[in-house]
Amino acid sequence: MSTAPFNYTRPKTLDEALALLTAHGGNAKLLAGGHSLIPAMKLRLAQPKMLLDITRLEALRRIEERDGRLVIGALATHAEIAANRTVASRCPLLAEVAASIGDLQVRNRGTIGGSIVHADPAADWPAAILALDAELEIAGRMRRRMEAAGDFFMDIFETSVEPDEILCEIRVPVPAGPGAYVKTAQKASGFALCGVAAVVDAKARRVRVAVTGVAAVPYRATGVEEALAGKPLTAETIAAAARHAAADITPLGDIHASAEYRAHLAEVNTTLALQRAAAR
Amino acid sequence: MSTTTGEKIGYVGRAMKRVEDPRLVKGIATYVDDLRLPGMLHAVFVRSPHAHARVKRIRTDAARAAGGVVGVFTGAEVNAQCGTIPCASSFPDLKSPKHTVLAGDRAYFVGHPVAVVVAATPYAAADAAELVDVDYEPLPVVTDPEKALEAGSPLTHPDLGTNAAFTWNLTGGDIDAAFAKADRVIRQRMYHQRLTPMPIEPRGCVASYQPGEGTLTLWTSTQIPHLIRTLLPGMIGIAENKLRVVAPEVGGGFGAKLNLYAEEALCSHLAMRLGAPVKWIEGRRENAAATIHGRDQVGDYEVAVSKDGRILGLRNRTIADLGSYLQLLTPAIPTLTGLVVTGAYKIPAVRMDVVGVYTNKMSTDAYRGAGRPEATYLIERLVDLVAAELGLDPVEVRRRNFPAPEEFPFNTATGLTFDSGNYEGALRKAQQLARWDELVARRTSRRRAGALFGIGVSTYVEICAMGPSKAMAAGGWEWGCVRIEISGKVTVITGVTPHGQGQETTFAQIVADRLGVPIEDIVVLHGDTSVAHYGRDTYGSRGTAVCGSAIVMCVDRILEKARRLAAALLDARPEQVEFADGAFAVKGSGGKRLGWTELAGEAYIAKNLPRGFEPGLEASAFFEPENFTFPFGTHICAVEVNRDTGDVTIVQYVAVDDCGNQINPLLVEGQVQGGIAHSIGQALFERTVYDEHGQLLTGEFMDYPMPRAEDIPDYVLGSTVTPSPVNPLGVKGVGEAGTIGATPAIANAVMDALRPLGVTHLDLPLAPEKLWRAIRQGHKE
Repeated sequence: MSTAPFNYTRPKTLDEALALLTAHGGNAKLLAGGHSLIPAMKLRLAQPKMLLDITRLEALRRIEERDGRLVIGALATHAEIAANRTVASRCPLLAEVAASIGDLQVRNRGTIGGSIVHADPAADWPAAILALDAELEIAGRMRRRMEAAGDFFMDIFETSVEPDEILCEIRVPVPAGPGAYVKTAQKASGFALCGVAAVVDAKARRVRVAVTGVAAVPYRATGVEEALAGKPLTAETIAAAARHAAADITPLGDIHASAEYRAHLAEVNTTLALQRAAAR
Repeated sequence: MSTTTGEKIGYVGRAMKRVEDPRLVKGIATYVDDLRLPGMLHAVFVRSPHAHARVKRIRTDAARAAGGVVGVFTGAEVNAQCGTIPCASSFPDLKSPKHTVLAGDRAYFVGHPVAVVVAATPYAAADAAELVDVDYEPLPVVTDPEKALEAGSPLTHPDLGTNAAFTWNLTGGDIDAAFAKADRVIRQRMYHQRLTPMPIEPRGCVASYQPGEGTLTLWTSTQIPHLIRTLLPGMIGIAENKLRVVAPEVGGGFGAKLNLYAEEALCSHLAMRLGAPVKWIEGRRENAAATIHGRDQVGDYEVAVSKDGRILGLRNRTIADLGSYLQLLTPAIPTLTGLVVTGAYKIPAVRMDVVGVYTNKMSTDAYRGAGRPEATYLIERLVDLVAAELGLDPVEVRRRNFPAPEEFPFNTATGLTFDSGNYEGALRKAQQLARWDELVARRTSRRRAGALFGIGVSTYVEICAMGPSKAMAAGGWEWGCVRIEISGKVTVITGVTPHGQGQETTFAQIVADRLGVPIEDIVVLHGDTSVAHYGRDTYGSRGTAVCGSAIVMCVDRILEKARRLAAALLDARPEQVEFADGAFAVKGSGGKRLGWTELAGEAYIAKNLPRGFEPGLEASAFFEPENFTFPFGTHICAVEVNRDTGDVTIVQYVAVDDCGNQINPLLVEGQVQGGIAHSIGQALFERTVYDEHGQLLTGEFMDYPMPRAEDIPDYVLGSTVTPSPVNPLGVKGVGEAGTIGATPAIANAVMDALRPLGVTHLDLPLAPEKLWRAIRQGHKE
């Protein structure tokens, strides 16, 4: 298996990367961890003419707390996030999700930004950034803009990032309330058949629950959130609310899990995630 | 069998690390893909994306014009020169499609090679392969072997006029009488799913032609260099003695490399045709689609039993999905199922009818266990169903049907003679290791707490050491050679082709003890037909039992010759000379001792040899086994099934295997561990899936789940030792035991867990969603 021919360049700055991206139109692809792109290229499903290697853009790699936000650079690897002290103290849910992704090699190479922009419907990160009400900073040549996580995921493998834009940062309001991520992995790939991230906002007496792997687009389980709004989190209230975990969506079905089973897992994993988050 | 040399404990019987491992662990072993020859070209295959299609036209001009391309070949250009892929099994009514190296006017499965591009680099070849333009006309597809037998079904091979490749039956005892006098008849339909072997190293080969000598060397990742050397010459038009086949380091075979494949034949042909070495390395997706699959049998099975649980007869009709072509042993696999279908039990009557069916899928063939896992699974499931039906303890039902140790050699209704056995002994030991009473109590308490807890037992027998030549397609003997070099070092050459079995270590252990030399002085060579002149290679757990025996014969011959030489040099008669600690001396003399270095020096320099004494100190031998061997054992598995998700957790696993004498217990344990891992995959999640269009949906590791470390529990492994009387080492074989004994133990445990819900049988794999549905259904009822 070898890729189709392509050119390669390594821009030194974000501006240079953006300029190259614009110059090559739809023929260029950004290379970060490469863990989705390179396999697709080897299968010749993706045949970009130009690879822009952005892995040396150190500014996009930082993890820091800034103005009440935990800011994670798009090039931070899953492993870096899983091991980061600021993440562990300010938003442990992100570390929990990072540690559940793929295997060691994938976590060491794959990046949060690459995963989010690739928008695989079974990726882990979308559940977390939706449940955490994260914001995403996206840079274009002319402007930088912020997008709410809820507006980011458009369709299968499709986000609001335009072809000439680059996702720079993921910003999570901190301290985040206690959270938990419960995932049923697809046995072969390790991707989520169903991943549920839950965050408890004790002060506001509400929860945020987001689900990945179950529908074509990761979603907030608003039915669950509304059912629990203002209520104490008990085994009974959680179980009752979790029944809405796959309401109003069309679950995916394939050889690994039927639509019905995925919807069922959404309920089971929502229950577990809320129970664990409430206990933290 | 610990051989002792004086007071010293020998190597045999010791748990020794493999001498092979350092080079593998360090990454300095040489696999096919590590070979680089001057002027070497690279082949890439163009494969059919359709399960069944007419190949109307292939345009290769753009590919031929691409940079670096040396040639593009279609079936029209090579099939006539390459002959057809061989199948070693034959039945009177076997209908065989003509299996050319490339598709002719039809493609029969997804992955069927239709053209090959040869270029200066693998990248140029891959780029040019994209430019080969094949005009396909899709044809009706057959994927379900049962529907394939219905009237009006599309035909995989229209020229054969049927999808039924053969029918075969096995009868023993009076089956009608058994069912007539039965107190109860238990029936179950069972499907044994298709599996993809997935060795970590896919296939690959390098073919190199030396025009001056007219010789061809084929390096290929195979289990069977010798069989290829026998089969390939006629296909490509070269004399057998001008072909050298080498299996370098082979990264796993599991039966998938027990074949002669189209790619090997075609690369050999192209190397001769183009006058340059040709290399082909299989990709993972190619491996999943175009290397043989395993299992895939479905059948209706029934047993006649007396009310005390004695099995009187077993009857079944099995449909075996062969895929689209016959590979080397494709039709033989279900017949192997038939031979051991009565398991470890005295079942006096049996009838098995097998129909082999062509479908538009990759061929099935030998995959670790090869027919025996299917047999063991179905009989072990049936025994549990019998116990449930009669309200008996499944362990007790097994015990009641065992032949007693004194009944061996035991003749089965299927026509085999089991060499030796103590089935009760292995069962008892496994129960001890499992702390059986505590385990049963744990099940009771876990069930009381609402958990789905189950215990499964499998008491298996299998068939190894293949085998007596009269029962094998192409000779079941094995060849070995032992040579004392002039320096006194020892070279062992084996006709088997270990690729993970560890015979570089075990054969050295055997020879070191018998010659009284340090194991470090021994080198074991294999896998090259110009070094190991004869052999029948590695499959069917045969290496140690059959070739180990040949090597014992060699050592005996050398010892005899060396004794005569020593006697002459010591001025004594041979019977006055004794051999101990690697040296010969006159008995009781306390005098001069002649070690191997002295003897080899004399044997080769040959100045002091007695008149007429043949120089040299080596011997070769063919060992012909008089019977197969029949390892056996008991596996016990305990599981807990998650009621909400259907997830299975193995909470305990105990295996007691009896493979006769053990040369190296560490390697025995390694084989059993790996085999159980394979079984965990088969029992709980692995399956090869084609959709109704014949598209392979499990063509990569993103979709085909292999067992991983996290899936493997801590095993408790034990063994009993019942030596085989049919070879001088008393060994039986253990390469496949884990895949044979473990799958039914796990399946029985999961079914036992669901029994309180009224679930009696589910087909493999017992994946979470299937169990969740059964649990939900059970709750409703």
